[in-house]
Amino acid sequence: MIETDILIIGAGPCGLFTVFEAGLIKLHCHLIDALAQPGGQLTEIYPKKPIYDIPGCPEILADQLVKNLMKQAEPFKPGFTLGERAETIEKMDDGRWKLTTNRGTVHAAPIIAIAGGLGCFEPRKPVIPLLSNFEDVGVDYIIKDPEKYRDKNVVIAGGGDSALDWTIFLADVAKKVTLIHRRTTFRGHLDSVQKAMDLAISGKIELLLNSEVTALKGDGKLEEIEITHFDTKMVLVQSADHFIPLFGLSPKLGPLKDWGLNLSKESIPVNTIDYSTNIPGIYAVGDINDYPGKLRLILCGFHEATMMVQSAFKRIYPDKNLVLKYTTVSGVNAF
Amino acid sequence: MEDLIQIKVTDLSGIAHIIDAPTDMNLSLMEAIKANGLQIKATCGGMALCATCHVLVHSDHALPPMSDDEEAMLDQAFLLDIPHSRLSCQLHLTQQMNGLEVSLGESTEE
Repeated sequence: MIETDILIIGAGPCGLFTVFEAGLIKLHCHLIDALAQPGGQLTEIYPKKPIYDIPGCPEILADQLVKNLMKQAEPFKPGFTLGERAETIEKMDDGRWKLTTNRGTVHAAPIIAIAGGLGCFEPRKPVIPLLSNFEDVGVDYIIKDPEKYRDKNVVIAGGGDSALDWTIFLADVAKKVTLIHRRTTFRGHLDSVQKAMDLAISGKIELLLNSEVTALKGDGKLEEIEITHFDTKMVLVQSADHFIPLFGLSPKLGPLKDWGLNLSKESIPVNTIDYSTNIPGIYAVGDINDYPGKLRLILCGFHEATMMVQSAFKRIYPDKNLVLKYTTVSGVNAF
Repeated sequence: MEDLIQIKVTDLSGIAHIIDAPTDMNLSLMEAIKANGLQIKATCGGMALCATCHVLVHSDHALPPMSDDEEAMLDQAFLLDIPHSRLSCQLHLTQQMNGLEVSLGESTEE
């Protein structure tokens, strides 16, 4: 069981900054995120887009902001449970929360801070008969450990950066990589597109354009896939150990809607004194919360996180006094 | 106000809303729909990166052509094959769009 002071659901900018603010007042944090890497939307949706409204940063790329936040949080040694979705919570006898993920990882903490942004990102799934039957027995939507594909026959579908990047990466790991794209042009960084093209020309990967996967076959696990070319309607059957459709992710509020929290539309109403929810010990900060005048801006989430950890401290240590210390005076005292 | 145009937006329950939208504020159709309180997710905020502002255009207004980014996003979300599909965040409001008729796609409430 993973134990900490504040269990943060969502490793986006707001969740990461919570680690820093909590650390300043000596509270430990552990983050849980459905994605395989920290950064939330910034990493998943717009890593190379500039952000202009972070105070003190006239212009910063989204992935750079995440890197900076990770570095800022680092002295406080946050724990991470990545690629897992926070599934259920229950109150334990000692008053703490027990949180279990969809993969069965158990966490315990007196405080839960939901920094879930738009909810958890779920893969956009192509419509292919029997697709769900092959999930985890050949079909993967996110890549957690590339070693899983060593010396395997891998088919990737998609035309964006993640499809290109993983194709290029797995070209050196897998026995064979086939990239299938519904169109003839890619939406990705030009150098990734060029790299993928070069790999195809040199025969390191197979590239099938204007095509899509139309059927999956196998007995208990994936063995073959059927690929159809859009124009010629020609059908190709090829053996495959893994099929990885990478068509992006779309956010869903997910299991936390069943936790007994008050909800309004897709957000969690909070008290703006400390961003607490209707359930004592559970807070919500960042894009996922709602209150009169709410603005969904990263900088507002940072403020909310800062206020929230003060309240969390008082909940954990009701008899202790908390004195505001300036980092310029006290420095950052790492754990 | 001569800068206002009217757009008919049909929501997912089939209810038609006539919204007034200014053309002098550099608004996209997505932003106008959101500003009028209609449910539209528009997760990425207008960067053609999520397809949760998908609309179907029903009137025969001449609209600006799709950028490569818009076309690729609609394709990735399996929406390109649906006729008259556009991302409303990529349609910047102009006087020529007065009387435009659209309906919200299912992905707007994902």
